[in-house]
Amino acid sequence: MNQQSTQIGRTREQMAQRLALDIPDGSYVNLGIGIPELVAKFVPDGRELIYHTENGLLGMGPSPEEGQGDHELINAGKRQVTAIAGASYFHHADSFAMIRGGHIDLCVLGALQIAQNGDLANWSTGEPDAIPAVGGAMDLCAGVKSVYVITQHCTKQGEPKLVESCTYPLTGLGVITRVYTDLAVIEVTPAGFQLIELSPGIKFEYVKERTGAPLLPIPQHVAVK
Amino acid sequence: MINKQVASAAEAVADVFDGAVIMVSGFGEAGSPIELIHALIDQGSRDLTIVSNNCGSGEVGLAALLKAERVSKVVCSFPRTANSTVFPDLYRSGKTKLELVPQGTLAERIRAGGAGIPAFYTPSAVGTPLAEGKETREFDGNTFVLEHGLRADFSLIKGRSADTHGNILYNKTARNFGPPMAMAGKISIVQVERVVEPGELDPETVVTPGIFVDRVVGVPSPAHESELVAAGATYP
Repeated sequence: MNQQSTQIGRTREQMAQRLALDIPDGSYVNLGIGIPELVAKFVPDGRELIYHTENGLLGMGPSPEEGQGDHELINAGKRQVTAIAGASYFHHADSFAMIRGGHIDLCVLGALQIAQNGDLANWSTGEPDAIPAVGGAMDLCAGVKSVYVITQHCTKQGEPKLVESCTYPLTGLGVITRVYTDLAVIEVTPAGFQLIELSPGIKFEYVKERTGAPLLPIPQHVAVK
Repeated sequence: MINKQVASAAEAVADVFDGAVIMVSGFGEAGSPIELIHALIDQGSRDLTIVSNNCGSGEVGLAALLKAERVSKVVCSFPRTANSTVFPDLYRSGKTKLELVPQGTLAERIRAGGAGIPAFYTPSAVGTPLAEGKETREFDGNTFVLEHGLRADFSLIKGRSADTHGNILYNKTARNFGPPMAMAGKISIVQVERVVEPGELDPETVVTPGIFVDRVVGVPSPAHESELVAAGATYP
């Protein structure tokens, strides 16, 4: 199926755009490294969002024009960004007071694995030769009001990232409430992974086969609008 | 008379001793005091413990200090970098030990150390390998892990402007770890592009008050790490 198309489901940009639709007006939002960085490009019309980057900026704007950047105005992924009107700079202890102190409404992280109970593993594969690096992910999981994940549904090797329980070292326990993938939008509920939306052209069975834990179908009252 | 300005980066780091604990500001290249680090490489002290968010890139700055095998331990949140094998090689060979700390815990340990707080409870890392073996305690039904404040013998910091009293202003996201590290260093050394007389900085805009700063050194045109790395530069 779908043999003519190389792209199945949403692209990274489309995933970021889809997630941005669900961010309420006026939110303070932290964006992690990787696909989460792309979310900053897609503020829906009519909404004002303030993006926080852990390295000391509230009011992060898009990438600068070529040659207009500042080496010392960067995001968590260490890429150059801009500051919007109304932005502020602050030091790291204040930045993580915002994070840990529950002042940030939402953060968007990448993932290695998400368990059906909302556990997240995203900092280490635990391999003996790997260089461990954690950054701010554990603090974000500990303190931000809502934590969403944006990730490919499966690894490059085709292994499911949504699993019954994480086998990699954990970043946070029971904190993930939403997962946005190339294939679907999934809510993490007390009953497990709950499908709430399929990407265009994607069938339920296709997602279910690529999910490493039970996947509840879209509830009827949602599907039949 | 208070005048914290010293003539050169070499003079600023001259008394660093073997085995010293040194905090180094910066998040990626933003706020990394490359000229102070290069002066430390020239100065020659060994067996250093470095407290810094990252481990540098390429073979300049912090990565060059590591490459020179002058660092026995790093306390760090994100030592991995896309364009440097210096730390991974040292880590895998066992020459440099790593204490991995969540970034917010690192920032708060530094702030606490500088504020006279020996330890504190944090929710970060509870239930993960980075909290294993650490004391925990319940508050209001939630579990927190005990983390200890950090002090340093020396802090090396990059600011943008200073007066001779040591009041510091920073540049954008280069502020990052500078203010808490200035508090936590027994001797805090700040390189800035511009050193001015007292009264020239608006007290309302001072970020790090001079009481936390011991030495100020003018480095009018600091190098940018990414440009050095792109040019294939190494140090020394």
